[in-house]
Amino acid sequence: MDRRLVWGLVAALAVLHQDFWAWGDPTLVGGAVPIGLAWHVGISISAAGVWWLVTRYAWPGDPTEGAS
Amino acid sequence: MTGFVVFVLYLVALLGIGLASNRVFRGTGQDFFTASSTIGPFMLLMSLFGATMTSFALVGSTSETYVRGIGVYGLMASWAAIVHPLMFVIIGVPVWHLGQRYGYVTQVQYLKDRFRSPLLGWIILPMLVLLVVPYLLIAIQSAGITVSAVTKGAFPTVFVDEAGQPTGIPAWITGALIVAVTLVYINIGGIRAAAWANALQTAVFLAVAAVTFVAMSIKLGGPVEAIAKTAALHPERLVREGNISQLEFLSYGLVPLSVGTFPHLFQHWLTARSADSFKLTAVAHPLLVMCVWLPCVFVGLWAAGEVNLPPEKAAAVLGAMVNKLASPVMAAVLTAGIVAAIMSSLDSQFLALGTMATEDLLLVLYPGADERTTVWWARAFTAGIGLLTWGLSFYTTRGIFEMGVWCFSGFAGLVPVVLAALYWRRATAAGAIAAVLAVAVTWCALFFGREAGEALPLGVMPVTFIVGASVLALVGVSLATTPPPPEVLARFFPDRSRRPA
Repeated sequence: MDRRLVWGLVAALAVLHQDFWAWGDPTLVGGAVPIGLAWHVGISISAAGVWWLVTRYAWPGDPTEGAS
Repeated sequence: MTGFVVFVLYLVALLGIGLASNRVFRGTGQDFFTASSTIGPFMLLMSLFGATMTSFALVGSTSETYVRGIGVYGLMASWAAIVHPLMFVIIGVPVWHLGQRYGYVTQVQYLKDRFRSPLLGWIILPMLVLLVVPYLLIAIQSAGITVSAVTKGAFPTVFVDEAGQPTGIPAWITGALIVAVTLVYINIGGIRAAAWANALQTAVFLAVAAVTFVAMSIKLGGPVEAIAKTAALHPERLVREGNISQLEFLSYGLVPLSVGTFPHLFQHWLTARSADSFKLTAVAHPLLVMCVWLPCVFVGLWAAGEVNLPPEKAAAVLGAMVNKLASPVMAAVLTAGIVAAIMSSLDSQFLALGTMATEDLLLVLYPGADERTTVWWARAFTAGIGLLTWGLSFYTTRGIFEMGVWCFSGFAGLVPVVLAALYWRRATAAGAIAAVLAVAVTWCALFFGREAGEALPLGVMPVTFIVGASVLALVGVSLATTPPPPEVLARFFPDRSRRPA
């Protein structure tokens, strides 16, 4: 997987974090979880997946390699 | 009384960990400050997570949700899920490599070396210290509030108020106990003791968050029933409309940048056995944050339907819910969890301040101290800082959440300096100094120049202006001054050092 795509997914998470469409929506998912809260729990879980992709495909190297 | 017994047993367990870690202590400054870089992936995860989560996460999240509703989770927890691992990957991993190659123990050492500027070190050192101290104060303050709430009436003949009514253990006693125990175990084993203790503490407060959530939920008739009361009495807490503006929500994303410059996290990064040790942390950290914050946010939401406290007393919401809904044993368990969360960052912060005082102050002024002397200086400084913050904790007036956000905002303002040091070869010492001063001036102007809670233009968080000022000063002054010399570029940007600056 291209590392730029992986970093793009990190950026996409930041964009999706701003869920303006649910700002005033009091719907309770399953009768117990406000929808605005449920969305952000989804962001947390998705973040774990995206960071796993980073560890797999976009892990940084040693910046000092070859240093004098 | 049960709460007090659990609290004491917990403190004894921590002392045991300190003694155990001392058995493998090598007696050197390097081992005291960085555990000789022997910490593996699991312990690194637990210690970084424990050092990141504090009373802010347990007490602050519950009280802020009680006042402002569900948006609090998005403000901190889901932003942290994105931004904290970002900082671990783009700052923590390179810093670990640099530490291995050049032997840094503190941020100040790295920045001074990268920018070839002792002056930068003298400016940034007090800033870091001044930003950590309020963070320590809120930890001690919230421990006092919580333990006092859950031990109310446990000692009816010993702790009474002016009217003769039974109270809980006074905050100054709780503060003294946790500061004393923390100082003892980190002075015995250094950062290895902190890492081991953090693993225990993290496990405890994760378990406690889950148990509290389930126990309170059952007591309230299940999560559906519990939220129904809040929906009926305070439906506004179920949405962000009217509680949090879009721009405030967006600008909060800058607050968790702060983990990129926390001195105690910098020190924990250097304890890693390898760069790959960070991988587990990057993946699991968002889930652990969720496991702590979600139950607390729910308890804060449910509290809106159960207890009636004015916003200025919201810090007592968790204790009030425990007193109302939990059994004495449950209250005791929760107390241990909160104290664990508080102490898991307190130990690292004390140690980081002690390390900075030793490495960045004393060893600079009096170079040539031997290993044994260095360790004893670090111990003495750590103890002094502990006692000082305990004394100052009686004078904090701002709320826990608010104070936490202000500390984080200051640290976030320093992140551009560290990022530029790592990734921008054109960044200069003058630019870095200008950025640090811009952070100091902006932070002070916003903190002291406004009433608490006063809105800023566009409704954004103060951190927006602090980070903005930092970036402008850094870029503007760097571009206006002479580029770093080739030997600096060869040392810090070896693969690109042949290109013109």
